[in-house]
Amino acid sequence: MLINPSSPHSDDGWLERHIVDPSLKSQQPIVLETKQLRVFYGDNEAIHEGDLKFPEHQISALIGPSGSGKSTYLRSLNRMNDGVARVTGEILYRGVDVNRPEIDVYEMRRRIGMVFQRPNPFSKSIYDNITFALKRRGITDKKVLDETVETSLRQAAIWDEVKDKLNKSALALSGGQQQRLCIARAIAVKPDILLLDEPASALDPVSTGKLEETLLKLKKDYTIIIVTHNMQQAARISDFTAFFNMGRALEFDETSQIFTSPKVQLTNNYVAGDFG
Amino acid sequence: MNNKLQKQLLKRSKAAKLERLGKTVSFLALMLITVTVFAIIIFVASKGLSTFFSNHVNVIDFLTGKDWNPNVTNSKGQPEVGVLPMISGSFVVTVLSAILATPFAIGTAIFMTEISPHRGAKILQPVIELLVGIPSVVYGFIGLTVVVPAVRSIFGGSGFGILAGTFVLFVMILPTVTSMSVDALRSVPRYYREAALALGATQWQTIYKVVLRAATPGMLTAIVFGMARAFGEALAVQMVIGNAALLPHSLVSPASTLTSVLTTGIGNTVMGSLQNNALWSLALVLLVMSLIFNLVIRLIGRKGAMSK
Amino acid sequence: MSPKTSNQIAISMLYVIASTIVVILAALLGYIIISGLPAISWHFLTSPARAFTSGGGVGIQLFNSFYLLILTMLISFPIALGAGIYLNEYAKQNWVTALVRSAIEILSSLPSVVVGLFGFLIFVVQFGFGFSILSGAFALTFFNLPLLTRSIEEALAAVPDAQREGGLALGLSKWETVLHIIVPAALPAILTGVILSAGRIFGEAAALIFTAGQSAPALNFTDWNPFNMASPLNPMRPAETLAVHIWKINSEGIMPDAKAISSGASAVLVISVLGFNLLARFVGHRLFKRLTAG
Repeated sequence: MLINPSSPHSDDGWLERHIVDPSLKSQQPIVLETKQLRVFYGDNEAIHEGDLKFPEHQISALIGPSGSGKSTYLRSLNRMNDGVARVTGEILYRGVDVNRPEIDVYEMRRRIGMVFQRPNPFSKSIYDNITFALKRRGITDKKVLDETVETSLRQAAIWDEVKDKLNKSALALSGGQQQRLCIARAIAVKPDILLLDEPASALDPVSTGKLEETLLKLKKDYTIIIVTHNMQQAARISDFTAFFNMGRALEFDETSQIFTSPKVQLTNNYVAGDFG
Repeated sequence: MNNKLQKQLLKRSKAAKLERLGKTVSFLALMLITVTVFAIIIFVASKGLSTFFSNHVNVIDFLTGKDWNPNVTNSKGQPEVGVLPMISGSFVVTVLSAILATPFAIGTAIFMTEISPHRGAKILQPVIELLVGIPSVVYGFIGLTVVVPAVRSIFGGSGFGILAGTFVLFVMILPTVTSMSVDALRSVPRYYREAALALGATQWQTIYKVVLRAATPGMLTAIVFGMARAFGEALAVQMVIGNAALLPHSLVSPASTLTSVLTTGIGNTVMGSLQNNALWSLALVLLVMSLIFNLVIRLIGRKGAMSK
Repeated sequence: MSPKTSNQIAISMLYVIASTIVVILAALLGYIIISGLPAISWHFLTSPARAFTSGGGVGIQLFNSFYLLILTMLISFPIALGAGIYLNEYAKQNWVTALVRSAIEILSSLPSVVVGLFGFLIFVVQFGFGFSILSGAFALTFFNLPLLTRSIEEALAAVPDAQREGGLALGLSKWETVLHIIVPAALPAILTGVILSAGRIFGEAAALIFTAGQSAPALNFTDWNPFNMASPLNPMRPAETLAVHIWKINSEGIMPDAKAISSGASAVLVISVLGFNLLARFVGHRLFKRLTAG
């Protein structure tokens, strides 16, 4: 009998795919889940079958080589791909499918916030960066705004650095400070979930360290999903990790499992540093 | 299923309402401009065509007639509304000023991009921007007080005429043609030059045989743009051309253009009269020419894109 | 001729051509300023024109030019901003957008005298506004819209998409993001565009002679009720501008000092346009610095 090299039933013990349901391993309820998620750019399919479940108050990391679709997947979760790509399938946020046209995408994004690869503070003062979205939502009480600014900046661990220059332009901050300001800005609107798209890729090691500390503190209040190309980072901060390759989530498990005993051969090769 | 959450997520938020409003308002602004353009074309066309439909002037006679005298009827019982003098006047000043401006504009553009980019940016760029900014009546005034007397003392006659108009238009279109040629030359990739120079070509050979060839469509566009501007320019030309609706027989005798007859005539005629309609026909000719220039620019652009 | 010699000759020719252009501009500016400055005085800038005797000024024309400029900007800026936003933020690449873009291009290349005639037909005659500041402002709006729209669109396009994503990710609509984040970020470039187009409007005459009119009735500068005929603010009065005045007195002026007045008025016009140019640069730099640095 000929042995097909791409056969799923390989004899060496590797699985073709291994997706774990986190509710079996953790007490936390599932807040976000995707079913049959597929993303198309024109006729090209960038993501197929991204079926994952994310537990509350945990950090889940999405890793994989560049072009594996992890960022596309993340950006589909709060529909930042609307108008850019076509996304089919279900995105269940606390049981409600938000990937439907009748869902108010703005209210949904308020609850599922996002921080981007490059820090993108608005060219306004630090104070206005934080309060901007609140004011647009009709909150004008100075006391409430002041309080939100302080708590958000404290939560993002940047309060001590900027408390004396709240009226200075946000663009005058360093890259690392700008990124933490962007996190503060995102949590100022009191989201439920925070999506982070390689938030440390433009930062130096010291700023990255501070950012990671911040995320670990934030997880008691928020559910965090982070895309990273830095495996050590995923290992340091995340509770669950998903490995993406060629537009598919191949493996999803507790982070310790992924890094010590992956079940899929490609995951093993990737975390061992063989490609990526 | 989480019913309370579902309800909150299905309710239309303030942001959604604002989005709809903003998108509609900005779309209406854009449509306002678009509708205006069509309105201009339709209104000018309907007024301009009434010379032929209401006053029954023959189109061919209109375009080829040599006598412009709307108050007088000719032997055939038709008013004398021949626009050949104005059309030829417009074309002659346009073509002559473009011929004069092209070497200067392209020469300057080459200087700015190839020979001395530093001085180009520091001196010539502001010079060109300032030349663009000078209002056309000022050009007309200088034409009247400097160019016309100069033409008079050198060539004789009154000084008013095609030649004075050409000189004024030359200076007026020079900055437009130059700055567009600069853009065309800048879009030629660097490696074209490097390849030619590496083969041992001199700087001028590189410019002449490689850079200019590659930039030809862009520079043609620049020249046509300049011609469109010259063709449509009204007051500066009107002030120096002499305003005699005669076929130009020499460069220094008074002549007229479509625009000059329009500016002097429209205030002195009664709306709806043949005299007035005939002027609107001139405006229509001007409009059609402007559309043709537009089309030519588009065709050059398409051809340029294909040859790349 | 060896390639080396022809290279030398060609390059010297280019130097000559480039210098010629500089000389032409210097001569133009020199002539305008030198012949115009002696005519400019406080009296010249503030007193009304005289039709038959010498000693008239351009006070009313100067005021009209500025008033018309402001009215035109008030009408055209919101339209251009809306159109620019739609084109840059919402328009999809399809035939409708292509058609709209062609229309704008056509409008920008129309001879201004045709735009003026259209304004005459619609506002002066059809709507019965007569020769008035309002008719002139609408005509200049058509003249101004294509370029202003384009410069606003370019200014918006230069703002990085990351800023848009930042707004959207906070649950704001695209419209709020554009209006409150993108437009402020593009403000230096937008203002530069506005000021440059102001210079163009200030010097335009062909679109005005049959819309705003060629006469400047006396104004009572103590009467600021826009409904009174002699009030400077009345938008329904005919209003000859500085640029139209220059054309008018050179075409049919009969005052003895027509040339001196035109020289003075030309100098005022050119100096104003230069001022707009410098202001545009200054504002662009200054605002840019203020927005980026602490």
